[in-house]
Amino acid sequence: MAVKNFVVASFSDEAVLFPAVKKVRTAGYKIHDVYTPFPVHGLDQALGLRETSLHTAGFIYGITGTTTALSCMSWVFNSDWPMNIGGKPHFPLPAFIPITFELTVLFSAVGMVLTFCYLCQLAPFVKKHIFHPRQTDDLFVMAIEVTAKTNTEELKSFLASVGGQQINEQRAEAGWWYGRFDQEDRLFETKRVEAVNA
Amino acid sequence: MKDQFVVPARLKTTSFVLMGIGLLTLLIGIFAFHGEHGSTRFWAGLLQNSSFFLLVTLASAFFIGATTLAHGGWQIGFRRVPEAISMAVPVLGGILFIVLMLIVFGGKEHIYHWVNAEHVKHDEILSWKSAFLNKGMFTGFSVVTIGAWIFFVMKLRKMSIEEDGWDLSAESGRRIVWRNTVWCGGFIVIYALSVGSTTPWLWLMSIDAHWYSTMYSWYTFVSTWVSGIALIILFLVYLKRNGYLPMVNEEHLHDLGKFAFGFSIFWTYLWFSQYMLIWYANMPEETTYFQPRVWGEWRPIFFLNLLINFITPLLYLMKRDTKRNYSSMVFISIVIICGHWLDFWQMVGPGTYGHLVFPWYEAGLAVGFVGLIIFLVSNQLTKAPLVPKNHPYLKESIIHHT
Repeated sequence: MAVKNFVVASFSDEAVLFPAVKKVRTAGYKIHDVYTPFPVHGLDQALGLRETSLHTAGFIYGITGTTTALSCMSWVFNSDWPMNIGGKPHFPLPAFIPITFELTVLFSAVGMVLTFCYLCQLAPFVKKHIFHPRQTDDLFVMAIEVTAKTNTEELKSFLASVGGQQINEQRAEAGWWYGRFDQEDRLFETKRVEAVNA
Repeated sequence: MKDQFVVPARLKTTSFVLMGIGLLTLLIGIFAFHGEHGSTRFWAGLLQNSSFFLLVTLASAFFIGATTLAHGGWQIGFRRVPEAISMAVPVLGGILFIVLMLIVFGGKEHIYHWVNAEHVKHDEILSWKSAFLNKGMFTGFSVVTIGAWIFFVMKLRKMSIEEDGWDLSAESGRRIVWRNTVWCGGFIVIYALSVGSTTPWLWLMSIDAHWYSTMYSWYTFVSTWVSGIALIILFLVYLKRNGYLPMVNEEHLHDLGKFAFGFSIFWTYLWFSQYMLIWYANMPEETTYFQPRVWGEWRPIFFLNLLINFITPLLYLMKRDTKRNYSSMVFISIVIICGHWLDFWQMVGPGTYGHLVFPWYEAGLAVGFVGLIIFLVSNQLTKAPLVPKNHPYLKESIIHHT
């Protein structure tokens, strides 16, 4: 990961955000990411992100669970410790189905949650740069990467023209690093609250 | 905007040809299956097809009821389609009622052996059940349930068409939502008490009157509900292909596909819950039901049923792209309807005529019923604009995004 320069703008409403995203992309600027307080329908399409492969991962975890359950149980009841339970066969498939189902769901659910956290770079003892303390509260925050071709002043006035507020420049690490939010940043103690429309 | 459906001549001809095939099969059936034992297959085929297609069209009314009670907005854009499908219920309900009455009062004891009073007297299990399982109770329940369904289906349709004459004001919007919620609530209660419990016991489970399963009604319900969704998809895609319903797009199709996917799995859940408990307990009075199906002649149908109704939708509908493609949804909808028709066949067949036969007669009748449904539904679609223009949730449906 690398330390990069960003121009950051805040938006108060998704109705302003959507046209702004479209205009910024058309103008050729590189959007690093957009942070929203809640999942916004259609924003990933507007940003031109590729479709997630999380569900493929989920399917693979699921069949791993199915295979684990079936092979483990059939190994136990056929070769390791065969028992006669109520005169049922040693490979009683109907009796195995509930456990197979549970393990399939467990594997895919846990696997997908962990994969999702990894894709979002969310984990304990992992830190990411916060562009605006209110980006998960009530503001939509757009971070635009400053490349060699970007004219920062032009970009700032362009963002203001599409409805951005509190436009500023930040130099920050783009990825994640080891650290703790609760002990280092203590964002929840930030006393100064900026008014958006000031 | 093409808002008013006009039945194309080709569709009309198709429906008449299909109905003709059905009638022809029925006529051949009268001559092919006669006599005391022979006529069993004749009546079993009629019972299977008329109850299946009645419950499948009724599932459309359940779709309206469930989505309305959940305050769903996404289905408003094509709500007239399930409405029109549910308007086939009066005709199909009438057909089934006639068939049931002819079986019960015609003394067709090879279909329902509890109709023979002499037999019941010497049969301890049946005489214990006779307080519930008798001709009067059967007729009463059939009249009440079919009558209530027809009443609610027509009421919901009438209200919806009436609302086209209102306006877009907030006040009439509130009134539309409120009275639809109230009437759909009433319908859902009736539906749960009939399709969800009593009706399948009487019509289908009493074929094997010694046996019982508490999962049976739910199982029947899901079978018809998932086929009902498939039927809605088929009509939706047909209208869409002919340039109607411009506001409906793959987003709506995607959600219907999720329903078909989810309830195919739910069907399997109930299928398995019914099977596993009986398999586990292994009690002779319960396993009699599965004996001819799993270990008898019907074994291939039993496993084919699972393959078509579980494995196929599970793997096919899992991917997002197949749920958003019109052609692939048509394919899987036809597979689902055929699969659940097969399910009804193996529910009715082993307990009546017993032997596994090539189902030309049953399939011929099914073709006739399909023709009848096409005829009735396309006729109903012409009677009102395809978009309920005053419904307050219409915008939510237009901008719907899955």
